[in-house]
Amino acid sequence: MSTQTEQHAPQGREPLDVHDPRLSRFDIVTEGARRDDIEIVHYEEQVVPGSKAERRLTRTVAAMFLLTGLAATAFLVVYIWWPWEYEPGRGGDKWYTPLLGLTLGVALLGVGFGILTWGKKLLPKEVSIQDRHDGPGSSEDRKITGETMLYLADEMGVRRRPLLGVSLVAGLLPVGAVAAAPLIGGLISNPHKNNQMFTTGFAPAEGKKIRLVREDGRPIRPADVSAGGQLTVFPGIEHGVSNKHADSPTLLIHLRETDAEKSRQANSRVGHGDYMWGNYAAYSKICTHAGCPASLYEQQTNRLLCPCHQSQFLITDNARPVFGPASRRLPQLPIEVDEEGFFVAKSDYTETVGPDFWERP
Amino acid sequence: MKRRKFDVAAVPGKAAGGVDDRFQVATPLRKLLNKVFPDHWSFLLGEIALFSFVVLLLTGVFLTFFYEPAMTEVVYNGSYAPLRGTPMSAAYASSLDISFDVRGGLIMRQMHHWSALLFMAAIVVHMMRIFFTGAFRKPRETNWIIGSLLFWVGFLAGFSGYSLPDDGLSGTGLRIASGIMLSIPVIGSWVTSSIFGGEFPGEIIISRFFIAHVLLIPGLLVALISAHLGLVFKQKHTQWPGPGRTNENVVGERMFPRYALKQGGFFMVVFGVIALMGGLFQINPIWYFGPYEAWVVSAASQPDWYVMFLDGSTRLMPAWEINIPIGNGYVIPPLFWPTVVLPGILVGLSTLYPFVEARQLKDYRHHNLLQRPRDVPARTAVGAMAVAFYIVLTLSGANDVIADKFHISLNAMTWAGRIGLLIVPPLAYYVTYRICLGLQQHDREVLAHGVETGIIRRLPDGRFEEVHQPLSAADGHGHAELDYVGWVVPKKMNRLGALGPAIRGFFYPIEKPVEAPVSPGHPPVEPRPERAEIGSGESRR
Repeated sequence: MSTQTEQHAPQGREPLDVHDPRLSRFDIVTEGARRDDIEIVHYEEQVVPGSKAERRLTRTVAAMFLLTGLAATAFLVVYIWWPWEYEPGRGGDKWYTPLLGLTLGVALLGVGFGILTWGKKLLPKEVSIQDRHDGPGSSEDRKITGETMLYLADEMGVRRRPLLGVSLVAGLLPVGAVAAAPLIGGLISNPHKNNQMFTTGFAPAEGKKIRLVREDGRPIRPADVSAGGQLTVFPGIEHGVSNKHADSPTLLIHLRETDAEKSRQANSRVGHGDYMWGNYAAYSKICTHAGCPASLYEQQTNRLLCPCHQSQFLITDNARPVFGPASRRLPQLPIEVDEEGFFVAKSDYTETVGPDFWERP
Repeated sequence: MKRRKFDVAAVPGKAAGGVDDRFQVATPLRKLLNKVFPDHWSFLLGEIALFSFVVLLLTGVFLTFFYEPAMTEVVYNGSYAPLRGTPMSAAYASSLDISFDVRGGLIMRQMHHWSALLFMAAIVVHMMRIFFTGAFRKPRETNWIIGSLLFWVGFLAGFSGYSLPDDGLSGTGLRIASGIMLSIPVIGSWVTSSIFGGEFPGEIIISRFFIAHVLLIPGLLVALISAHLGLVFKQKHTQWPGPGRTNENVVGERMFPRYALKQGGFFMVVFGVIALMGGLFQINPIWYFGPYEAWVVSAASQPDWYVMFLDGSTRLMPAWEINIPIGNGYVIPPLFWPTVVLPGILVGLSTLYPFVEARQLKDYRHHNLLQRPRDVPARTAVGAMAVAFYIVLTLSGANDVIADKFHISLNAMTWAGRIGLLIVPPLAYYVTYRICLGLQQHDREVLAHGVETGIIRRLPDGRFEEVHQPLSAADGHGHAELDYVGWVVPKKMNRLGALGPAIRGFFYPIEKPVEAPVSPGHPPVEPRPERAEIGSGESRR
């Protein structure tokens, strides 16, 4: 077993002459390390050259590298010849991605563990000590650098000629603004353009009331929603059923007789006496908390739950928030039935739809 | 003409000489080759983050070749039959194409997602390692701040990437993000409308998120990571206390070849694990969620894990709305506090912590030696408090799933989270503090009295006591107390070398088991011949 243990060399030792032909390569390495304030204090072969252990480890590492080659080849074979195009059902294509992952993973793990074994088991172990030198620079150096910088300021003469400094700052400030201006000017967009934050797709267009329609665009008759049922409805306008009117989705609820009575009373308490039509009420589906669709309706309790943050709204009490982080009730859409027997919105929402913001009145 | 002899063996030497003539690299290269790194398993956690980032870059570049960052409405006509004929954004359609119509696209997408999750996880665990061992202390405060920023920039990278497929799940997340921006007092609506180019969702947000996700944020990440690594290199790595290790030196291995080999191998292992995960474990199956439609959501809509703590804080926040009755009236919605103020406080607390601690302890010296968490109970307890806070929030981010799976009332889960957020962290502080003190005490006890041998002795008067093996030879008075040096105290007999490993071999014993010693201190009956020759105790023959 070749164990070389160096002693701490006394400081100020003469550097070796690295051109001395008697020095081994390791001697030169040690000398180089010393010049970087590194002392190799312990250096030990982990395996005896030519021993059984060395041969075994070499075989192990080689096997891992060969496994990598095999797995990588398998990856290529799978990639090229395995059927990969999606087909419904349980076809072989469902195995395509798992097989790619498996072969690629094994290939990379093989080379990874091979290199790790090589490094950890076959290379000599060592303990080296390097000085940190992380103290502050010498006080002399600090002084010199500080004075140089101060002298620099003297040379510039800013103190003697203050006008230069002031005028430079005065000149550069607008340049900074020039850099920011196109970015801000280009991006800025007035949130109150067309009063967009306070209107939805249900705003009557040219005096015509907007119909409530289903997701497929068909208008709705009262008989289409059975008692206790509910339906997501949209404004019957162009792109009404799309993200272009992300604030308009509305929940049309057909309340049972007793719930409807409670709901009407609650409506009249807040001056919404005529918002319902018969036993039908329509509330905005967009949660007043963070804007998710509040879409889980519990028939028995008449609670509407938003699945994002669990705000709960009591439909029979003007959709007042009764639990969770929402602080504002869901706006109610005043509805009626037009002469053809379809639901229409009497007017747009009278309260602001969607998440709250600073200037909401 | 005379033909000159061409000496192949001399080529590398001559080439190297030529390079050095021009760039003078010999000295700096020697310094680099020789640089000493201390080694410990916990130093590898940050590297997992670095390696995942490399995988993110590789897979991300692939994805950009096929992804179309546009919200133009198209009708899907790809291979995935259930969605054929559905109107959707070009972004979602191209994400589906990556999953179904690009050969090997799905594994790239899944590897990208998994490495993003791993990146954030490694950052968090690495950050905890730095915190609990005191590696953030002077002179490394700057690197601690860069590291904290990396978490938040990584968070932005993750969220912006999560939004790009424009599927039902990520669109809901995006809408919540717009709600969060809206909640900022005074400027909220202007900020939101400027970012989204009008009212949510507008028609430009996906392309803006795309350029942020593939250029601006990665650029920032690369810059911060470079600075982070550069500082580690310049300031040299911290090390655990131990034999020969002082505040002024680094004890370890030279960077080349062994250390670098291990790094390279570890990178391949991380890469390989990500490949396995990307191939074998499904992540974010966007085709089940459908395109984003403002009126569709399903229960159990959870964000990626590193966003869940903010989701949790949002769920737990009571409905406290602040109304300011001036003019038409102004509102600060409850959403503002858990999603804007809380992250702000967290950034502030984490960046300031090194300075707060230094001020508290009036400790302004350089620290290059790490501390065991038990030796600084107050810091460890504060860290445990922060972890407890984070865990309560993260669990609350999934409280609907927990309520559903364990048949607990959803409202009860919310209340448990609200109360838990207030009482679990202080509890964690107290318990951690006591555990630290207990561990400290046990260390001192072993140093004073020795290791428990498991041998019970009966005294002449009938009492029983356990025999302890002292760690050092007794002085004249029968005392053998050692000083605690901030490192692991051996607490088991075989750690002391009293017993060798019982049996060698993986499936079957390679040699016959070592005979148990007759009694402590006695040599084994049949000493293994090679033990006498072993240098470091770990060599193999």
